[in-house]
Amino acid sequence: MDAARRPSAALVAERAARASYGRLLALVSVRTRDIAAAEDALAEAFAAALAQWGDQGVPANPEGWLLTVARRAAGHQWARAETASRAADVLALLTEEREDFAASPFGDERLALLFVCAHPAIDPDAQAPLMLQTVLGLDASRIAAAFLVSGATMGQRLVRAKRKIRDAGIAFAVPDREDAPKRLDGVLSAIYAAYSTAWDDTLGADSRRAGLRGEALFLARLIAELMPDQPEALGLLSLICYCEARQPARRTADGSFVPLHAQDPQLWSRDMVLEAETALRRAATFAAPGRFQTEAAIQSLHAHQRMTGERFTAPLARLYDVLAGFAPTTGVMVARAVAHAENGAWDAALGQLRAMDGTAGYQPWWAALARVSWLAGDTEGAASAAATAAGLSADPAIRAFLLSGGYRFAAVGPEYNG
Amino acid sequence: MQYVLLFHETAEERAKRHDPVAAEPYWGAWNAYMGAMAQAGVMVGGNGLQPPETATTLRIENGTRHVVDGPFADTKEAFGGYVVLEASDLDAALEWAARAPCASGGSVEIRPVMAGPTA
Repeated sequence: MDAARRPSAALVAERAARASYGRLLALVSVRTRDIAAAEDALAEAFAAALAQWGDQGVPANPEGWLLTVARRAAGHQWARAETASRAADVLALLTEEREDFAASPFGDERLALLFVCAHPAIDPDAQAPLMLQTVLGLDASRIAAAFLVSGATMGQRLVRAKRKIRDAGIAFAVPDREDAPKRLDGVLSAIYAAYSTAWDDTLGADSRRAGLRGEALFLARLIAELMPDQPEALGLLSLICYCEARQPARRTADGSFVPLHAQDPQLWSRDMVLEAETALRRAATFAAPGRFQTEAAIQSLHAHQRMTGERFTAPLARLYDVLAGFAPTTGVMVARAVAHAENGAWDAALGQLRAMDGTAGYQPWWAALARVSWLAGDTEGAASAAATAAGLSADPAIRAFLLSGGYRFAAVGPEYNG
Repeated sequence: MQYVLLFHETAEERAKRHDPVAAEPYWGAWNAYMGAMAQAGVMVGGNGLQPPETATTLRIENGTRHVVDGPFADTKEAFGGYVVLEASDLDAALEWAARAPCASGGSVEIRPVMAGPTA
């Protein structure tokens, strides 16, 4: 073979890492429950690959090679840590596991890994970061930046979560049919948290902050693919696809924010809209509505409103009421108030906003107050709320939008219209 | 616990202070940011500074005074102001730092304030 045309060892190893990191990590850690040890073992395997593949050529099945070496490394670590009798168990385990790269009842151990990461015993703040690290192999510093915490904090959070999984003996298993929907909600919420955190970035004109949009979309597609009969998984995928579809239209060339009502639907990604609609339609066939399906339906209405020029303010307000029943989070309650105000119920909306607690430093609440006050005819109150919302925003474009009076034309908020 | 947020700006960003078009959004953003901190009751104190051209640096070496026109270090980003912030922990301070207008197109340095001599 022409040596120059052969992909380099580094390139193949890198490709394998990107495509199979989570799959490999899940397979190595599923029996030992020791994610940190599995990560070390995989790192050893990748290092060995770089060293050996260069000399001896890339093996026919790079992933299988990596798995075998990683398992051996994990076995070594375990054997070093345990007594001799335990080492025998490890050997038995390795023999037993030698064959299967893809053989598991679910075809993919990543599903079990996702459920472990979102186990209720794991600190909620660690769940999304843990998924990003274990399934996608992202490094802690990049995750930390996206979640706006220091690298040390994030590193500690991840270490603690992995220790908990190992020491508490959290099972690497997919919950049974009865428990699945409730546990799935934890997985979906963590993926959504990863996406929402990325949201700040995508709004921002600042490209230096690394967004995790693509990663969250990958996880949403993965869970929908691995659990195709769970309508909420499809709902989350639909929701994220709707938001992603509008990315190209959210900014002008100079980085200014374009609210939904002023976006050019021609710029929306057709593929993404299609994927969103397909997922939502499939979810609906199960006739089991839930939070994410409702959020996706809301985004679908927003999109159709823009495309057709029709106003769907009444159905939107009703959908937000339904959503508030499923997930009465602060973000949802704020968005619901805006939806009611857009539908003409200003006083009710103001009442809903004022009745909320703990919103003094919550940017979307102030942005909503600006919009609702404006609709209610309180010009001064609107301007003052918009100034506070601008001061609380980490996004230069949103800040400029609010300070230049954008709230007079459109509401803007993560839960409202993305 | 208290943190100091040190705001660093690029010359381009700083030039907006007197630009006929850019001045209003520039000051609007800073006013909104300071206002939000005051409203949240987290601001202990702080000041904006005159531009680095107005700086004078003094250094005494072997008993000789050296007075130099300009800031201590000539870097791409110059120190433009600071805020003393009351925050529960670094993550809370980071959240406020991220809202500073100069966080994009500049940077914010976050430093914990030293505890008193008895600590």
